[in-house]
Amino acid sequence: MSAAAPPHPTAHAGHLITQTHADVTRDVVGTLSPPTRGYVLLLLGAVSLFLLGIVTFLVLVKDGLGHAGYQPPIFWSVYITTFVFWVGIGHAGTLISAILFLFRSPWRTAVYRSTEAMTVFAVMTAGLFPIIHIGRQWIFYWLLPYPNSRFLWPNFKSPLIWDVFAIATYLTVSTTFLVFGLVPDVAAVRDKASGWRKTIYQAVSVGWKGTDNQWRHYSRAYLYLAALATPLVLSVHSVVSWDFAVSIVPGWHGTIFAPYFVAGAIYSGIGMVITLIIPLRRALRIEHMITADYHFDNLGKLTLLTGSILFYAYGMEYFVAWYSGNIFEQTTFYRRAFGPYWWAGWTMIICNAFVSQLLWFRKVRTNLTSLFVISIFINIGMWFERFVIIVSSLSNDYIPWAWDQLNPTWADWGILAGSFGWFGMWFLLFAKNFPIVAIQEIKEMIPMPRKRGGHH
Amino acid sequence: MAQGLLASFVHVDAAADAIRALRARGVRGLVVYSAAPNHEIEEALEHRVSPVRLITLIGGLTGCAAGFGMTLWMSHDWPTLVGGKPIGSIPPYVVIAFELTILLGALSTVAAVALFSIVMGRRGVPYDPRFSDDRIGVFVPAAPDQAKQVEHLLRSAGAEEVRHA
Repeated sequence: MSAAAPPHPTAHAGHLITQTHADVTRDVVGTLSPPTRGYVLLLLGAVSLFLLGIVTFLVLVKDGLGHAGYQPPIFWSVYITTFVFWVGIGHAGTLISAILFLFRSPWRTAVYRSTEAMTVFAVMTAGLFPIIHIGRQWIFYWLLPYPNSRFLWPNFKSPLIWDVFAIATYLTVSTTFLVFGLVPDVAAVRDKASGWRKTIYQAVSVGWKGTDNQWRHYSRAYLYLAALATPLVLSVHSVVSWDFAVSIVPGWHGTIFAPYFVAGAIYSGIGMVITLIIPLRRALRIEHMITADYHFDNLGKLTLLTGSILFYAYGMEYFVAWYSGNIFEQTTFYRRAFGPYWWAGWTMIICNAFVSQLLWFRKVRTNLTSLFVISIFINIGMWFERFVIIVSSLSNDYIPWAWDQLNPTWADWGILAGSFGWFGMWFLLFAKNFPIVAIQEIKEMIPMPRKRGGHH
Repeated sequence: MAQGLLASFVHVDAAADAIRALRARGVRGLVVYSAAPNHEIEEALEHRVSPVRLITLIGGLTGCAAGFGMTLWMSHDWPTLVGGKPIGSIPPYVVIAFELTILLGALSTVAAVALFSIVMGRRGVPYDPRFSDDRIGVFVPAAPDQAKQVEHLLRSAGAEEVRHA
């Protein structure tokens, strides 16, 4: 290439450049070494929580949803809250793996695999909740368009059916994207492994050898997958938001909902990414690949951006409620701050709108302790955001006589804990058995040695 | 196993030099291995753009048509008035059509890669595990009488190792 050519966009500020290709393979394959005691304990903890969820679920199947505390006027509560929470978590993964890929953002490379895995497992977790919530779980397939004995088709004008398609598509496409990206890396691991692990990696790498022809098709396909996943990620949480916004419940019926939900989803997802990656990089000894002053600084900036959009959306919701002159809307928002769910309303505002503003300071963004604490606030705040939107809005029915509160029960907490266990179990198993850092993309960033010196 | 020579390179520019020299001599059917896609190698090989994009387009359009087709047909198959909207109401069906566009577009893209690079890919070409680590591999198909000449060319371009396969 001529000397006038612009520098390669991924050759950023010396990050990772000092490593060689062999170092990358060695370090990432090193993460797949036999598990430590800490890892085993974490995995056991996750499996225990999952089993708790299973037991709770079996009781629900046997006795029904009465245990979940559903009563008029509140028939959507913790399960739908947690469904939206987990779908939202997934969004950061696709943003980092697909959208930032299209933007050629170099810092995504070291973190995108873990975030993409998080996406798949979060959506897998989310997908369980509508099924748990419908009560008669064994007939969940009635939501799908199949020729049935009643000669009925689903109502495609219902946002709940849009959601079935959106979530199913999101789960399929994000899983495809993850597996597709894994193939060359699994091939690299295959070539270093031995024994039964080699046999397994051999099967998973589907004959990948990294030939010029394979890369030619692969690189193009990856670009198109990223281009398809980008509108998908923006659409999925928009569709989830329409589950609410298309109805006329005060507190739900807002045109701001789609962008508000998408920003919230990315915000919550990055919070979870930070919570997961800070301990993970230490446990897998890859601190030099995911660094505080580069990767976490950028994650912090993204959190600040989406947190500020949320701040604006919260303010705008209150403004629109006041400006609408609609007494139902005004009452709902007054009660969010000063009604029986004031504690949830303020938890959401403090954790999401205010805590994220600390990230204006670079020192906060690059200090992993402060970042970890903020990420915990984000996780809590975003769960409460959905709780406030769903439960507090439903608690104010149109006639004050019908107003009531719902307090989450043991069945709600059991399933919530089980979902964290289920998610954690998959994530931990993935991190120990598959390359959690994208070998091939990091190698693409590192210039190969040249006989004549210099860069291409 | 295909007959020829398998060379291993440490330096990317040396591998690209070898590829250009071999292509200038009319050698075709080269297989180049690398741990990551590399523009210098791609330029030396002068590949055409992958046809995957066409399959992506066909998949996406099929999904879009299937989305509108399914929703409209099912609505008219059992006409039910919902919310005073027309029986076949396009705006809500855009969501379903969009999701199916993405779904079939993505699945057909992956299927196309599997088809072009695995199913239709060349088999029986020698490989070395170092190629997924930090070496570039170049396989040159060559009859025994040309082997010596090709080996000389590869070594003078800077090959670290040349193996007869």
